[in-house]
Amino acid sequence: MSSHATSVHHAEAPKGWLRHYIFSLDHKIIGTQYILLGLSAVTIGMILSVIMRIHLAWPNAHIWGFAGGVVSPEDYLRVITMHGTLMVFFVLTTVPQSGFGNYFLPIQIGAPDMAFPTLNMLSFWVTFLAMIVLVSSAFVPGGSAISGWTSYAPLSAVGVIAGPGQGLGQTLWIVSIALFCGASLMSAINFLGTTIDLRTKGLSLMRMPLTVWGWFITACLALLAFGVLLAACILLLLDRLAMTSFFIPSGEMVSGVLLKHAGGSPLLWQHLFWFFGHPEVYIAILPGMGIISHVLSTFSRKPVFGYRAMVYSLSAIGFLSFMVWGHHMFVSGMSPYSGLAFSILTLVIGVPSAIKTFNWLGTLWGARIQFTSAMLFAIGFVSVFVTGGLSGIFLAQPALDLYLHDTYYVIGHFHLIMGVAAIFAMFAATYFWFPKMFGHMMNETLGKIHFWMTFVGVYCIFMPMHYLGYAGDPRRYASIDAVHYLARLQPVYLFISIAAFVTATAQLFFYFNFFWSIKHGKPAGRNPWRATTLEWSVPTPVPHDNFAGHYPTVYRGPYEYSVPGAAEDFIPQDVAPEQVAKA
Amino acid sequence: MPHTSATEELEIIDAGGRAKPPSDAGGDGDGAGGRSAMPQRIYVTGITIGMAAILMFFMAFASAFIVRKGVGSDWQAFPMPRILWLNTLILLASSVTIVRARHFFTRGDGEGFRHWWTVTTILGFLFLVGQLIAWRQMVISGFYLATNASGSFFYVLTAAHALHLLGGIVALLYVGRGKLRRLTFATATEVTSVYWHFMDGLWVFLFLLLLLGR
Repeated sequence: MSSHATSVHHAEAPKGWLRHYIFSLDHKIIGTQYILLGLSAVTIGMILSVIMRIHLAWPNAHIWGFAGGVVSPEDYLRVITMHGTLMVFFVLTTVPQSGFGNYFLPIQIGAPDMAFPTLNMLSFWVTFLAMIVLVSSAFVPGGSAISGWTSYAPLSAVGVIAGPGQGLGQTLWIVSIALFCGASLMSAINFLGTTIDLRTKGLSLMRMPLTVWGWFITACLALLAFGVLLAACILLLLDRLAMTSFFIPSGEMVSGVLLKHAGGSPLLWQHLFWFFGHPEVYIAILPGMGIISHVLSTFSRKPVFGYRAMVYSLSAIGFLSFMVWGHHMFVSGMSPYSGLAFSILTLVIGVPSAIKTFNWLGTLWGARIQFTSAMLFAIGFVSVFVTGGLSGIFLAQPALDLYLHDTYYVIGHFHLIMGVAAIFAMFAATYFWFPKMFGHMMNETLGKIHFWMTFVGVYCIFMPMHYLGYAGDPRRYASIDAVHYLARLQPVYLFISIAAFVTATAQLFFYFNFFWSIKHGKPAGRNPWRATTLEWSVPTPVPHDNFAGHYPTVYRGPYEYSVPGAAEDFIPQDVAPEQVAKA
Repeated sequence: MPHTSATEELEIIDAGGRAKPPSDAGGDGDGAGGRSAMPQRIYVTGITIGMAAILMFFMAFASAFIVRKGVGSDWQAFPMPRILWLNTLILLASSVTIVRARHFFTRGDGEGFRHWWTVTTILGFLFLVGQLIAWRQMVISGFYLATNASGSFFYVLTAAHALHLLGGIVALLYVGRGKLRRLTFATATEVTSVYWHFMDGLWVFLFLLLLLGR
């Protein structure tokens, strides 16, 4: 080891608990921190969704923690806003990319760490701060924001006059998201720099695992999208705090008061938000696509079907994601020609998505499938991705969207394709990589119970929502019993709520399995899944600089399973051609 | 900046001499040698990627500016502060001086490098002072932050640019101080000057946007 002053990452782990576990520069610790942050966010988010389902099924039910014991309409809006913001930003955006990506990207490309370890630590702690700011907004006077995770202006822009949560709570929401944007940009720079410059010898682009491709394309999207949201947040803050008029129109009357702002455009917020917001849904799902391809191949004992097509379709989806933001705004009064353009571009995304689905099925076709928990969640991902994707084709058409916009149909659609699919990818990733992260296996029986309850559960929750949408049920209503034409949908609400409670209960199997297995799971060994990529070539637990100074050379693609003539049914990437055992 | 001792200058010349060409410095990233040192090229890659993010941030403001002007019926053009012309010239000049500094650096002339690097830093400070004067001129002509959206954009764009430029000045000072931890001097001057040119070009774009679009 050189004693040169440029050394960033010493071979020995830093001494001291604080430097080792809290302010760590090690990408593995930072990845774990992100995962634990996401786990706390998803726990709060899930509790909030249970509160919503209790309230929707029994509107007069007493729930602990709310003023007077009953969830008021404002409380309900607070709950959906906090649920959506936590889930979208601090779970879906954070865990598949910053969590698992941080942990496994450097190992999979044969690097000692991320390119900028200090920046990496900073990204995590700014994300952490963002979450603290967001959660703390629930405890300020007036409570947390009520304007949803999209924070549409002018409701989000006019301040406390629009309602209690629209004061300090909304300001903190914007500050939290702005911090999150900064952290995501830093993280994206790290992911891109690492993938471009730190690949080990022999690891050409077309030999990268599809997980790495997923993280790479996602980082491109994050890099280009979060700056736009940051700019939008700054303008929104100025409207609230400095009396500017970016988003607030002339003659705006709120609570009987005529505002002094003039000439702003609420649609401008929508454009800026969705220019970020649409890439954002791919930021949530593309790492999952990479993980799923990886897991499917491993447990099919077959190469990924159409590796190059997978890479190109991933890139195509990323590219197209910047051109379709208008499909969130079909009802905004945009020109029908714009609507048509956005609609066609949106439908075009169906092509690379279909290529991916076809290739996943092609990977499974004729395979000796090993139905591990990770594999079940991977197959479950393909299922919900197809289901959620098909309803997307309906929503992509302006004429249909006019009717379905802001109904439960949309809720069903995006929860399946964005929420559940990405969550399934995270579960698959957890069951798959847990042995490498903690040195122990997770319990497979508990994993399978967890999968089947969750899989059936989410379909029981979200499929009936499509029906509610067809029936004209608007989203974000705190209760429907006062709305005559909706009141008879109440039994569907009850069914969904029960399904939600069962699904939430199923997660207890996961929590238990996760924390119990860290200490008590079966010892895993180096490569329990007999997989090919570099993370399985290093000892468990992974050394501080990943390869203990012996950086591997890569000789082959990432998915060499069942190669004819080889003794084993897998050939790791770092095994030289002359060392491959012949059958 | 106070004059530095001869040993420090030698150090710079030495670093410059060793580090040519910059991309070869400090490990090669293929795992053969660099377990502890990150290859120097990651810093150039990093700043390039970072500039893409900054560009998107400003493009968001720029497109908001154009849209807001197009849809709002209340738009009033603000009088362009005259000092902006001078500021623009100063910043353009600083791009020339940083090229000079780099030129002396690659020739191993520590004295010349330090001289032009300091000139660049001073020009950077002058630009910021000039921007503050431009804000004063805006106030004098009656345009506060919330007077009209046109002026709001003026303040937002200039403030955001000034903050990013301040980052560049911090880098100039840091490199000029002469003590680097992770980067070689060759990389540090390259990264700083690339960013500085970017700030310059970005300002020219914003200046034209404000001038023609207000």
